[in-house]
Amino acid sequence: MNFNSADIGAFKDIWVFCEQRDGKLMDTNFELISEARKLADERSVQVVGLLLGDNAKHMAKQLGGYGADQVIVCEAPELKHYTTDAYTKVICDVVMEKKPEVFLIGASHIGRDLGPRCAARLHTGLTADCTHLDIDMNHYVEFLENTSNLDLSKMKLDMDDTNLKMTRPAFGGHLMATIICPRFRPCMSTVRPGVLKKGAYSETKAGACRIEAYPVLLSPGDLRTTVLEIVKETRKQVDLIGAEVIVSVGRGIGRDVEKGIELAENLAKAFGGGVVGGSRAAVDAGWLTADHQVGQTGKTVRPKIYVALGISGAIQHTAGMQDAEMIIAVNKNEATSIFDIADYGICGDLFQIVPAIIEAVQAKES
Amino acid sequence: MKIFVCVKQVPDTSGKVAVNDNGTLDRSSMATIVNPDDMNAMEAALSLKDETNCQVIAVTMGPAPAEAMLRELIAMGADEGILISSREFGGSDTFATSQIIAAAINHAGFGKDDLIFCGRQAIDGDTAQVGPQIAEKLDIPQVTYAAEIEKKEEVLVIKRMLEDGYMMVEVQTPCLITCIKELNMLRYMTLKGITECYEKPVHVMDYECLKDEPLIEIDTIGLKGSPTNIFKSFTPPQKGSGIMLAGTVRDTAEELVNRLLKAHLI
Repeated sequence: MNFNSADIGAFKDIWVFCEQRDGKLMDTNFELISEARKLADERSVQVVGLLLGDNAKHMAKQLGGYGADQVIVCEAPELKHYTTDAYTKVICDVVMEKKPEVFLIGASHIGRDLGPRCAARLHTGLTADCTHLDIDMNHYVEFLENTSNLDLSKMKLDMDDTNLKMTRPAFGGHLMATIICPRFRPCMSTVRPGVLKKGAYSETKAGACRIEAYPVLLSPGDLRTTVLEIVKETRKQVDLIGAEVIVSVGRGIGRDVEKGIELAENLAKAFGGGVVGGSRAAVDAGWLTADHQVGQTGKTVRPKIYVALGISGAIQHTAGMQDAEMIIAVNKNEATSIFDIADYGICGDLFQIVPAIIEAVQAKES
Repeated sequence: MKIFVCVKQVPDTSGKVAVNDNGTLDRSSMATIVNPDDMNAMEAALSLKDETNCQVIAVTMGPAPAEAMLRELIAMGADEGILISSREFGGSDTFATSQIIAAAINHAGFGKDDLIFCGRQAIDGDTAQVGPQIAEKLDIPQVTYAAEIEKKEEVLVIKRMLEDGYMMVEVQTPCLITCIKELNMLRYMTLKGITECYEKPVHVMDYECLKDEPLIEIDTIGLKGSPTNIFKSFTPPQKGSGIMLAGTVRDTAEELVNRLLKAHLI
């Protein structure tokens, strides 16, 4: 096949890898398709979803509803469950033939396995775990004006630049970096789930979406791993990303972990219903399971109310919650950095303060 | 059987992090540690060594002082170290880095029974890309997010974590595995290990040493060979401090609730 990733003029359209598990599309796909729609409109090109599975075609229209002009479907029994070898082979075959300019992948445990492997095979760059994407320079400049400390008046910027500008946190969130891949295509990026906004669903668009079946060529030699069994966590995972109220606990509940978590649950309830999150320290200590973790290595959340109980506010944590509408922090150490980003801070013993807040809410209600 | 364990020396980002005026990291002022997930990869290799008496080789790419980290890992039980270090390798992104590490492992002799263990991701970049890219460049299978590793005759059986559960995967050898902290508990260096760690070899591989490897071409390594470039880097602006509520526990709690009600948040 005649494929040269350096022949950048030959590449066109914005593609999204659409991940399904057990015949169900992951929510991140809709965020990515919505974002791809925005980027494609800036470039006047098409949004194409790439969907792999055993019996996957029935899911394609739904992607159209969020803005995909076309969905390419690759179906084969070997694609029922994800394996690196099979998915990489099939995806690279399609990409090499059709040459997308941009290829986005959700940064799930599967996307982060697949993305680097594909990028290495295609000889192109990949930027991990992005939180913001731009093509149009005017939009990028606007983004920098709002979110950076850079003095843009002193910068010479090429306003005609059409590289995908991929912004991500680095060094535990202490720095933001915008990465480009100027000499190779496709520009590839894995994108953090829950960060980009999902657009509105349109039944009309879903109906108009074109579906193309693409032939799968796999031989036994292509497959060096076998999935023996898939086990779903029977315990229900906490839905941090969808929650409107999150009360998180950190090292500060260490004096009485059980009581601390109970207080967090009750406070979330008092604030209208919500879920309990935790800092890395709380998860590492085994007080909460990993699905509760908020932060750079956990989840990025933007609830209406975020309460940090006994959390010091390391950037590791704040990188995942600083965009909450309202941040409330309770900590006994006055100098701790969580107070730097909190809208309301209370310095004191959380085991006394939280019950008092719950009581105050109940008093107002009655 | 040999197990190559890829390790990285990283700034300790859990402490205070210093940023230069130009938006780059002031590495000189920060303590360095062995990347946490890489320690789980090392422990996994040493456990297999306990069982099978295989050879464990710690591999790192970085500046000369990274040798001290390799000595520590030898004191833990590794048999030797490989330090990949050269001016030509500087500025490599994940693509170029994996190209060089794959070349070095190949140069050291990567056999058909051998394994490569990596940490899931490094805490300075958090990309999780170099492991899978090494596997691609050596054309071997990979399994990432490993929480259990069991060696059977010709295959490994891996418990591979997903966000909502896990899959059990059988993978042919040779292969590359990336490890997460749930995999194991770390062992300590032994006194014997510490006294002997300078008697075991650390091989330094520079550009001269690796330049005849097929993966090494001047346009696939270092800054020039990296497909990605940093366009801009910046520190996120600090959100202005909010209001500290003070007074008795009761008054403070009531004040907070009043403010939340006023803002229609509750």
